[in-house]
Amino acid sequence: MRALIRIAITGAVLLAILALQLAVQAAFTEYVQRIVLLAGINVILAVGLNLINGTTGQFSIGHAGFMAVGAYGAAFVGVKLATPVHAALGPGVLADALIFNLALLAGALFAGVSGLIVGMPSLRLRGDYLAVVTLGFGEIIRILFNNATFLGSATGYFGDDPSGLPAYTNFFWVFAWAVAIIAVTHNLTFSQTGRSLTAIREDEIAAEAMATPTTRLKVTAFAISAATAGIAGGLFAHMQAGVRPEDFRFEKSIDMIVMIIVGGLGSISGAILGGIFVAVSLELMRDLQQYRLVLYALLLIVIMIVRPEGVLGTRELHHLFRRKKPAPPSPPSATPTEGA
Amino acid sequence: MSLLELRAVDKIFGGLHAVRGVSFGVEKGSIFGLIGPNGAGKTTLFNVITGVYTPEHGEIRFAGENIAGLKPAVIAERGVARTFQNIRIFRTMTVAENVMVAGHHLHKASIASAVLRTRAYERDETALAKRAHELLEILGLAELAGEVAGSLPYGSQRRLEIARGLMLSPQLLLLDEPAAGMNSQEARTLNEQIRFLRDQLGLTVILVEHNMAVVMNVCETIHVVDHGETIAQGTPAEIKTHPRVLAAYLGEETPEGADLA
Repeated sequence: MRALIRIAITGAVLLAILALQLAVQAAFTEYVQRIVLLAGINVILAVGLNLINGTTGQFSIGHAGFMAVGAYGAAFVGVKLATPVHAALGPGVLADALIFNLALLAGALFAGVSGLIVGMPSLRLRGDYLAVVTLGFGEIIRILFNNATFLGSATGYFGDDPSGLPAYTNFFWVFAWAVAIIAVTHNLTFSQTGRSLTAIREDEIAAEAMATPTTRLKVTAFAISAATAGIAGGLFAHMQAGVRPEDFRFEKSIDMIVMIIVGGLGSISGAILGGIFVAVSLELMRDLQQYRLVLYALLLIVIMIVRPEGVLGTRELHHLFRRKKPAPPSPPSATPTEGA
Repeated sequence: MSLLELRAVDKIFGGLHAVRGVSFGVEKGSIFGLIGPNGAGKTTLFNVITGVYTPEHGEIRFAGENIAGLKPAVIAERGVARTFQNIRIFRTMTVAENVMVAGHHLHKASIASAVLRTRAYERDETALAKRAHELLEILGLAELAGEVAGSLPYGSQRRLEIARGLMLSPQLLLLDEPAAGMNSQEARTLNEQIRFLRDQLGLTVILVEHNMAVVMNVCETIHVVDHGETIAQGTPAEIKTHPRVLAAYLGEETPEGADLA
């Protein structure tokens, strides 16, 4: 019964996204549609980064590196998969969907494994080691791609076809993935695992004294966060019809950090708002030309002065509509969350 | 048989011999006081027992096994719970969540089952919340379960640390100055609560405390350290009149009327 209800909810959500896709395509110009896609990718990046930087309190400042691994991975696998899958299934929407999602998952896997490799040594230790190591990782990855001839070196990777990578990324896939990632992150955050991650952020020594396997949890959260950035990278690659090392500079990591700090570190809904904010605000100011980044910086400074904890702080949007004090003891909600 | 036994434990920080050759045994089901002037090495001993520090020499046997050098999380899992002198609660989390963090052994569900919100996950979660509520009730914090822990008054935060430690279902509970910052009424309640933990939950308790009204009242055996070394052990009555203890606390020339009670 529960399983049936969940399948029904998942189906309804997918249909709603499909309807939204049609509406967006009908209502907006290509330019606006592109911003909407970017906003969706930003949301995935921010929600994933928030899991490690916000909830767990371990600062990664090189997440663009994981996005790059996911982007190149998904692009490369997507290109290599196209021929055998098309040979087996013929061309069509279904074959494309299969190639695209397998490519995205491959990108996520590469990024997740890189996350494990980076996280295992640096998360054993307490403190800011992760920040330093991820900073280095982000640069190393970019320089590696810059020099990898089979991936196009500095020009970037555009597949074997002169017209570039097939543009699989559309509104439906971006938002289906965004909803799935938000649902997974939400369920993870509001669970015993999430409580433990928050405990690590609040006081790692006390968390250890309470039998929390801190290293294992930190590495797991970091790998999930890296894999999420990998998905975003894959969606980005197939939106651009190509990936260039230039797309994943240090500024990209900073952009992601801005998203979660503006929205409120430790809040999933904050990360969503922040992701949209960064995509939209920069575009809205495009007419200002060279003054754009000045105004953007000013805007960030103002936000930090007015609300240093971000728009939402550590709260979630839906908590604001709840009664101030939940009746103690708060038993875990029995309501299943959508998707997942 | 002793539940916890320290044998000639040494802890050295650079040139500082913080603990030197300390040995004692704590009987199962007893309330054991560890006292000494500031800087005597009491908290260091707690940190050595709970695995925060590895001792340079000596053995720490808990339930018959040497636990010296094990990681804090492993020692906690084996049944040693503690509180901290400088309160270390998870400030932004609610009171109930603070306690639930220590409930890993009750929560067998995997990360995947948490993501999918399976029945097994929800059953564990309910059991965990129920247990947390019971413990909060024992410590008189049930009404505050939904409050943000950092907003609690000092004394309640100290009791929350005890409730959180109990969530580990420990055999041994180490309390580091639980009465600090409590008024005399709260300290009296604390005495009763400590006895309750021993009598009703069968816990063995080690208490580091400066409030002598608490120590002399609840402890059956008191171990006194100064400058990292043992200077006395005995019943409260013996310790109150022990010349080396009086000297350590009050200086050599104090004649009489040393009011430790």
